[in-house]
Amino acid sequence: MIPSLPRPAWLRTATNLYVGAFLVFLFVPLVVVAVFAFNDAPYPAPPWHGFTLDWFLGNESSGRVGLFHDRELLGSIWTSTLVALCVTALSVAVGAANAFLMERATFPGKGVLAVLMLTPLVIPGVILGISILAFASRLADFASDTFGVEADFLRPGLPLVVLGQFSYIVAIATLTISARLKRFDRTLEDAALNLGASHAAVLWNVTLPYLRPALIGAAAIAFLMSFENFNTTLMLVGADSPLTIMMYGRMREGATPVLNAVSLFLMVASALLALTLMRRDSRARR
Amino acid sequence: MPDTTMTVNWRRRLVLALLLAPALLWLVGLIILPHVDLALLSFRERVAPREYVPSLAQYRTFFAEPLYWHVFVRTALLSALATALTLAVAFPIAWVIAKVARGRASALLFMVCLIPFWVSETVRTLGWMILLRESGVLPSLLTHLGITAQPVELLYHDATILVGLVYTSLLFMVVPLVGSFESLDNELIEAAYDLGGKGGAILREIVIPHAAPGITAGCIVVFMLTLGNYLTPTLLGGKNSQWFTEQLYTQFITRFNWEQGAALGFLLLGLSTAMVWLGLKLSGQRFSDVMRRA
Repeated sequence: MIPSLPRPAWLRTATNLYVGAFLVFLFVPLVVVAVFAFNDAPYPAPPWHGFTLDWFLGNESSGRVGLFHDRELLGSIWTSTLVALCVTALSVAVGAANAFLMERATFPGKGVLAVLMLTPLVIPGVILGISILAFASRLADFASDTFGVEADFLRPGLPLVVLGQFSYIVAIATLTISARLKRFDRTLEDAALNLGASHAAVLWNVTLPYLRPALIGAAAIAFLMSFENFNTTLMLVGADSPLTIMMYGRMREGATPVLNAVSLFLMVASALLALTLMRRDSRARR
Repeated sequence: MPDTTMTVNWRRRLVLALLLAPALLWLVGLIILPHVDLALLSFRERVAPREYVPSLAQYRTFFAEPLYWHVFVRTALLSALATALTLAVAFPIAWVIAKVARGRASALLFMVCLIPFWVSETVRTLGWMILLRESGVLPSLLTHLGITAQPVELLYHDATILVGLVYTSLLFMVVPLVGSFESLDNELIEAAYDLGGKGGAILREIVIPHAAPGITAGCIVVFMLTLGNYLTPTLLGGKNSQWFTEQLYTQFITRFNWEQGAALGFLLLGLSTAMVWLGLKLSGQRFSDVMRRA
């Protein structure tokens, strides 16, 4: 079972085989997606017809619209980026405020609030989506019936998508930032205060620099989760589709390998993000 | 100096109010009120245009219409099965990462296990579709090897949905399992072995009891995510998927029957909450500890 105990040879072989099979299971779907982005055929399916970059570079004149000329896809990547940036900014800001609230302040009802802050993580994303959709529509109807004001931002569309994703991503940001704030040595703040620094200066020069890794980590997770979100977004989306919704629609119709191209682009982008974060992380630990 | 104390007090209150405001706006505005509204919606019935009366009609429809509750039960059972399978697949890998592999190898293996989950679920599902569809990689490989005479359609089966769900859920099981295996002292296992314990007994009496919190955390999260999944069942199961979230979507977005959709949503939320509660009760843990672990 563990290396310090005698392990029969068959068990060692079985373990290695299992790990090998597991890695194949993990990576085959991703490898297949990447490989068929370069297949010279109109569908991402075998057999192999030769190597091409058409699914990246092709434009209308070549009969194959590649990723870099597919306005719809590029537009949806931009939409997703915009939404993710808003969600990230909101989640990190509110998450940091929540962390200070839960770690530093005392007030009645704090225990209830602490549990409430975790509930968005156990509500299925689809339900978060429909409940926010229904509530926002009720508010919009109310505004239009009573004041004659058309509150378009409360109708399905990007502002609602941002709010829907924010509603649970902020819970994760709160957990990440709280965990680091909890380990902070408060005597450092006292020392700075004793030396005559103002509260604002202490926050800016002592506490926030200490929280930096957690803030960056929370931002990266928030961006990634927002970019990849499907369930909540599906219920709240209006005319502009973020990338996941656009891809879903095309996958149902049976799309060309341009989807593989955009997937490969996503894989490379998230791999770069992961590597940057891990490098930061290992440097911070040294 | 009563004057200064008052300023300090006042300032403290102001800071507290400023910190409380975003948290309350978030929880009340985006979580509590929308769910209260959803509940109200589910308990009313339209009798005339823009005229509603309180009623249980939506819930009655759910029980009267076999399609609804069949799909509901089916989704719950398949989710439970997917959770059990995920646990079975993840358990040995987590053990290897935490106990068998050492140093760099263990860190590397752990990292490699996380990589696919940096990629969106849409991309992963696309991969499975290319692999499994009738014109896809695996069926043509099987024909090539002479195992099947014709390419077979491997998409649109319950087993396909399960494969996709297990694949998507693995991360959420591996991470808490590795955490709880790592905290298990090797000396305990050695002592059990020296006292004559066999592999199975050690697993049953030492490893599983110790890892119970991690197992529960993983199972709760995986079950909840599987139950609420939409993308994987609809794409890998096609028309045969019959996943409950699909009916929610149909009622809300396609048919615009929000009252019925709200009732179905509440039933799904109820099931999900009940399973979380049950998991916590069975393992005797607190909600907040489990969520931090996951």
